[in-house]
Amino acid sequence: MTRSGALLPPPRVSRRRRIVEWLIEGALVLSALSAVFITIAIVFVLLNESLAFFRHVSIIEFLTDTQWTIMFEEKHYGIAPLLAGTLVTSAIGLMVAVPLGTVIAIYLSEFAPHRVREFVKPLLELLIGVPTVVFGYFALLSVTPMLQKVLPDLPGFNMLGPGIVIGIMITPYISSLAEDAMRAVPMTLREGAYAMGATRFRNALTVVVPAALSGIIAAYVLGVSRAVGETMVVAVAAGQQPNFTLNPMEPAATITTFIVQVALGDLPHGSIEYQSIFAAGLVLMLMTLGLNVIGHLLRRRYREVY
Amino acid sequence: MAAELASSNRMEPQALRALIGRNKQSDKVFAIIGLLAMLVGVFALLWLLIGLAMDGGSRISWQFLTSFPSRHADKAGILSAWVGTTLVMLVTTFSAVPVGIAAGVYLEEYARRNWITDVIEINVTNLAGVPSIVYGLLALGLFVYGLGFGQSILSAGLTLGLLILPVVIVSTREAIRSVPVAMREAAYALGATRWQTVHDHVLPYSTGGILTGIILGLSRAIGETAPIITIGALTFIAFLPPAPITNEPPFISFEWLMAPFTVMPIQMFNWLSRPQAAFLNNAAAAGLILVLMTVSMNALAIWLRYRFRKKIKW
Repeated sequence: MTRSGALLPPPRVSRRRRIVEWLIEGALVLSALSAVFITIAIVFVLLNESLAFFRHVSIIEFLTDTQWTIMFEEKHYGIAPLLAGTLVTSAIGLMVAVPLGTVIAIYLSEFAPHRVREFVKPLLELLIGVPTVVFGYFALLSVTPMLQKVLPDLPGFNMLGPGIVIGIMITPYISSLAEDAMRAVPMTLREGAYAMGATRFRNALTVVVPAALSGIIAAYVLGVSRAVGETMVVAVAAGQQPNFTLNPMEPAATITTFIVQVALGDLPHGSIEYQSIFAAGLVLMLMTLGLNVIGHLLRRRYREVY
Repeated sequence: MAAELASSNRMEPQALRALIGRNKQSDKVFAIIGLLAMLVGVFALLWLLIGLAMDGGSRISWQFLTSFPSRHADKAGILSAWVGTTLVMLVTTFSAVPVGIAAGVYLEEYARRNWITDVIEINVTNLAGVPSIVYGLLALGLFVYGLGFGQSILSAGLTLGLLILPVVIVSTREAIRSVPVAMREAAYALGATRWQTVHDHVLPYSTGGILTGIILGLSRAIGETAPIITIGALTFIAFLPPAPITNEPPFISFEWLMAPFTVMPIQMFNWLSRPQAAFLNNAAAAGLILVLMTVSMNALAIWLRYRFRKKIKW
């Protein structure tokens, strides 16, 4: 917010100058409003095409049918298989990223010597910079073959490998946000704990983590929405075949990979397949929106004021 | 903990010592677990890089950089891909950077505390969390068909511009916020208008932070695959877009904006979805170049941030 509200410029400026100021402020307002326009455009485009889709397909079929065979002769429009794929890959990703990210955050914030911190943090930030399609390559040709040595029955396309890679991918997001939250906890709280004889680990577990809980939850929510929206890792390494299963050893498609698959097929504008990717996108959007609302409520519930 | 301490008052010294020992033990154990967890991350990064280098390192050559994609894996290259990436990034930069900086300046320096500002801020935060493929759908409906830009460099560049807009806005705001109020007061005291203050003082001081944000945003945009696939980019492009500089006046042509294109991550994905091992090696080589590009951009951003943080003393 403006920090200089009380310090308005003096009124003795030329008329030309004043017009310039006015024009510039107008341009700046328009730029800032672009964020609102983009949101409106996203909602409009998704709703518009989805409504056309739901004129052909009943919402009941969309929600209850267990097959998604839009590319076949006999078409079924049930979102459930795609939801299952998204659910499984995201759940595996979170099972990797939440413990790993939390431990790294606690370590970096409460344990790590300054030198280790300065060295490891940039490395983790580099991990954020690796493109997702490269992570897809990693899942398909590095992680899955290694998993196959342990689990010989694992097919080349499966949800386990991509899920683990998604976890590795979102770990730095979670750790860096959670660490920021922990470092924002005032030093006096820690000093109080240490004065009472707490060890570092006890201080971290009983003082810092509870005090930073709302920020840590925000980090988790961001991680979940990244995992749900992740596209390329799954598109490359999970097989792109809609499959109504919760078994991570099987290949499957997610909401996002379905969109990619249809878009690769170059379908005519206005066809039902074209509209279906917007319906899938709408479901994805609603999921991330729901997650953000839940995150907001949780954050409010656990916010500590100090 | 309090209960435990209270009861420890009545403990035998030996038992108390054992309790303290156990607590100290858990400290050491966690320090090791934390170190291991970080090593997992670092190890994953190394494993990924070494894997790419081993599979694709030998494919990287002058021929690879200067050839078009081909049916024959050993003759294929990434010429059209890196030219496409460069041109798309040009459009992205020119669309996202001015708007992003302007929005950041408005929110920090001009905005009054009212509901419009609140709405804008909520929108910026939410846009940062929208999955990238949704931007692809927006672009498919809006740029490709709505505005009739087709599956062109312009559509792709604008799509990625929208995608990184929140990144640019947020980093601009952070950079501007770190400029002390005293700087603004000094300018106003000398009779500067609000824009003169921003343009001559606030923006120059926050250049480093803004630049860092722009580089991070572009490095994300370079690697984005899903939105570009969604707008229907072709994957087999064995020609270059029209040159931006021509022989005839006015010497500058913008025909390339409407040209079909491919970009690095799309080329990699295309090779990755073929079964032949030779193409997988090409994919690894393209991936290696892509990672080197994004990682060096991120490293540059981290270094810049570090340098500016160290250098500026108010």
